[in-house]
Amino acid sequence: MNTSMDYLDGNAAAGELSRIFAVEITAAEGQCAKCGAKKPFAEAHLYMQCPGLVARCAACDHVLLRLVNAGRRVFLDVSGLNWLALDTSLQESGK
Amino acid sequence: MAGTAVLGRVTWRAARVVAVRDETATARTLVLAVRDWPGQVAGQHVDVRLTAPDGYSAVRSYSIASAPTSDGRIEITVERLPNGEVSPYLTQDVMVGDELELRGPIGGWFVWRSDQTELIQLVAGGSGIVPLMAMIRSRRSAGGNSPFRLLYSVRQPETVFYRDELQALSNQSDSVVITYAYTRVTPKDWPRPAGRIDAPFIAMGAWPSSLRPTSYVCGPTSFVEHTTDLLISVGHDRERIRTERFGATGERK
Repeated sequence: MNTSMDYLDGNAAAGELSRIFAVEITAAEGQCAKCGAKKPFAEAHLYMQCPGLVARCAACDHVLLRLVNAGRRVFLDVSGLNWLALDTSLQESGK
Repeated sequence: MAGTAVLGRVTWRAARVVAVRDETATARTLVLAVRDWPGQVAGQHVDVRLTAPDGYSAVRSYSIASAPTSDGRIEITVERLPNGEVSPYLTQDVMVGDELELRGPIGGWFVWRSDQTELIQLVAGGSGIVPLMAMIRSRRSAGGNSPFRLLYSVRQPETVFYRDELQALSNQSDSVVITYAYTRVTPKDWPRPAGRIDAPFIAMGAWPSSLRPTSYVCGPTSFVEHTTDLLISVGHDRERIRTERFGATGERK
């Protein structure tokens, strides 16, 4: 486990991810590809002290998602997630 | 808004500072008039972007402090951090009439909606009070009577945000029951010595776990971890605890 207290949570990535996802992401449930934990994305541990952001599983610390801004391109790696279940009734406004 | 043909995307909007209000020696509330503001849910945040003349820009997240209104105005409360890049500007330099860029509202998990009827336990560490205050204010403006309790951990009495408003609330019956923990300096004759939240404090001030409250915990990351562990140790269900972490220093980048 990473015991550093420098992480945030998935809420803090929501603004950046709203550039990519049309649906509100923090309430979306995802499954960790390593340990199988199913949790809201809001509960992931988020690291932003890097050129981009890294979300790790709150249960096993596995990397769930990486996002890197490189000029006009955004690289998104979601290979650490088996799936994400998004509620399409939630627009980003949260309504 | 289910069924809307075109999903609304979060975009940068112009926001004008229409009032400022000091909360403490280091924290200031900004009242912002936001163009085409779609409304918010209590607990949501906004990203604020500042851009320097040379094009360098910095983005920070701030929780919304105010209850939803129909006039397109929101309030954020910003704590000044000693080596902050953005917070010194927002708490010292910004003036009424200035414009900022703002993206939001953001977040659909750490939110309280007025149709929630269960018991609510709020736990704030320092500036973590801000989104919880939005929940308290939304409860009041919705005429709600869902039972709220607030545990509020602060360094000393002078660092309490929204002090008069919280005091007025705690004087009303059927309102929000507030219990303070002072970590450095207590008021005179305060029964509990200075110290961080511990199990006896939770037992005294929080809803018993047997009543199955929903808890919202917000503050610096170490505070959130510590408090969540305590709540679980006295029987609260992890699934009913929602958290928002502000990081090691309280500056969310």
